Amino acid sequence: MDQIASNIGLLIDYPVVNLKIIIDGVMIGALFALAAYGLALVWGVMNVKNLAQGDFVIGGGYVSWWLVKNVGLHPLLGVPAAFVVMALLGGALHGTPVHQWARSQKKPMIIVSLVTGFVFIVATYLGDSAGSIAGYAGMVLTILLIINGGIYNLVISRVIERDLFTSLLATFGLAIMGAQIMNLLFGSDTQSLDLGYDTLYFADGLIDIPIAKLIGVIMAAALATVVIIFMKRSRMGQAIRATAQDARAARVLGIDTEKVYAFTFSLNAAICGAAGAIIVMVWVIQPFYGITYSVRAFVIVTAAGLGNLPGVIAAGLGIGAAEQYGSHVFGIGYQQAIAVMLLLAVLVFRLMQQKRNRQVLQ
Amino acid sequence: MSVQKTGLYAALLIFIVASPFVFPTFGVQLGTLWLMIIVAMTWDMTGGQMGYNSLGNIFFYGTGMYVAALISIALVYDVGEYTGASGGGRYDFTDAQYFTGFVLGTIGAGIFCALSAFVIGYVTFGLRGPYFAIGTLGVAIAAGELVSNWDWVGGGQGITLPVYPGDLDEGKIFIYFAYAITGVLLFIFLNWLYKTRFGAAINAIRDDEEKAEAMGVHTMRYKLVTWAMSAFFIGVAGGISAFQLISFEPLESAYQTINLGIFMVVCVLLGGKGTLWGPIIGAILFQIFKEVTWNYFLGWQWVALGALIVVTVVYFQDGLMGWLRTTRPEWFGLTVDERDDDAPQTAAAAGEGAK
Repeated sequence: MDQIASNIGLLIDYPVVNLKIIIDGVMIGALFALAAYGLALVWGVMNVKNLAQGDFVIGGGYVSWWLVKNVGLHPLLGVPAAFVVMALLGGALHGTPVHQWARSQKKPMIIVSLVTGFVFIVATYLGDSAGSIAGYAGMVLTILLIINGGIYNLVISRVIERDLFTSLLATFGLAIMGAQIMNLLFGSDTQSLDLGYDTLYFADGLIDIPIAKLIGVIMAAALATVVIIFMKRSRMGQAIRATAQDARAARVLGIDTEKVYAFTFSLNAAICGAAGAIIVMVWVIQPFYGITYSVRAFVIVTAAGLGNLPGVIAAGLGIGAAEQYGSHVFGIGYQQAIAVMLLLAVLVFRLMQQKRNRQVLQ
Repeated sequence: MSVQKTGLYAALLIFIVASPFVFPTFGVQLGTLWLMIIVAMTWDMTGGQMGYNSLGNIFFYGTGMYVAALISIALVYDVGEYTGASGGGRYDFTDAQYFTGFVLGTIGAGIFCALSAFVIGYVTFGLRGPYFAIGTLGVAIAAGELVSNWDWVGGGQGITLPVYPGDLDEGKIFIYFAYAITGVLLFIFLNWLYKTRFGAAINAIRDDEEKAEAMGVHTMRYKLVTWAMSAFFIGVAGGISAFQLISFEPLESAYQTINLGIFMVVCVLLGGKGTLWGPIIGAILFQIFKEVTWNYFLGWQWVALGALIVVTVVYFQDGLMGWLRTTRPEWFGLTVDERDDDAPQTAAAAGEGAK
């Protein structure tokens, strides 16, 4: 209790500390908002409640990390790379000519993936890094092409518009699998990338802003802006919004909703992947951290509602700030608890609102 | 009750009593199997029979563990001092103290969980569909985080209970029978409950809550009482589990949201939602699958488990009982009218009515 009182006292005595907390919160919240926006997209368009959201984030982080460590890519370029790889994994090519071609060429593709895998093993054994990377890249690419949309085809496309509980549990199964596969591939240590940039100080060193974090937030904002413009202006964005409003009507009007669903899901995976690539630069990632991002994404989407993009961003930033405040006042151990309590508070508040609406009928 | 049925139940009972002596090496696994059966059956009370898919039933398991442990400690020592020593220190329990602590602790855990179900249910039962699932999941996660920050109950270190006074194998058999008695009582209770008006009322809530309300079913009361009953049994199971594990901590073993909390749902889906035997069969299948993968696919066990969840949920959601019901309706005393185009009334169709 004394600790809590003194923590609150510190906030009042030094107003600039508030500013620091809010800045930190907004930086974290911007990345939560990205994952949450992806979730709002698949929830709104496909009625899929994706509990594997956080694992896409971590997956993107590992893609970027692996490329930087093994290929020597610049960490900032890891963001678009993670975007592309996660989009492919999410089924971006589903239904496109490339996908059809890959499906018709299964046997040669499998042979190519085996050969490149063999090259990878031999080159690694001989210590030839260039050959090993080329072999690995070839193997991964061909496997990605073979199973392209594998997750999407086998699982996601079968839970669209089904019982709400189905998608929740099915994606939860995916989340368990994903986390464990990453654990087997990359090990359970926490990983991060150091950009080696300076830290800016303001207000006598009370406020510190690492430039890497600043770049991360700017990239997140840029990505969000691009996605918003895409959704507003492009043909595909319009088709997605039409499908979200009324899938049947969209189908009647000639929109290929199957393609829209696949595209939406891969767009979500790509956004998450980019968010993960930013997170690996500014914080750390670990195979089992995914669930925390999933929980945050659910909190934000539940609070903001579907199809309300400004709401999602505001709620993301707000939750980031609220978590920072909470961990400052109560201690760092309560961070996750605060996010979840906020979720409960929002749910109860909505419930009370609905009750008031229902009372009129009585 | 027909002769065949009586014979079946008698054979099962003999098997239940004999199995720990026949398979002494599997003492712990058999106890855990009972735990899975109990939590699956209790989950089915709300999830299958009432149509409220809770992801937060693990809250009662964890709370039951803590309440049972705290009661058994508080009967003899000061809790704060005991947990402060975190298993060190000299805190001996006599035989009598251990057993009174065990009995009072598990029953007290059940009662406490039932009461907390009333409180939590009053808030969460206003939520529908995914919001109920997410809300209850939130309750469980929040409780785990809060308990792990609460030093009086041991914080993140958890609690270490006294070991069973006497032979180790004897202790395993003791725990096994504690679980088995709870499970058998729960089965008898549910077998009776689902045939009463109460069972019909909660099935009506599952099928269409608004209509049930319009027909005069006081839905909130039924929902709360059902959840409280299921919470009682999970609490008791959690209490026994605390004495089985001896040492437990909040996030990984008590409020294990993503392990047991989800496993119980998968057990029910595997066996068949909304049936009496479904959860039991599902729990047995699941437990066998889990033990096999844990023993032979080390490292890949979680991948296999995730795959099992995905396959069960996406491709096989009616579960074993639902599948049997559609393929062999005569086994369930259902007659199929061939002239009618409608498929026979299955658990799946009833389950779909709930959404």
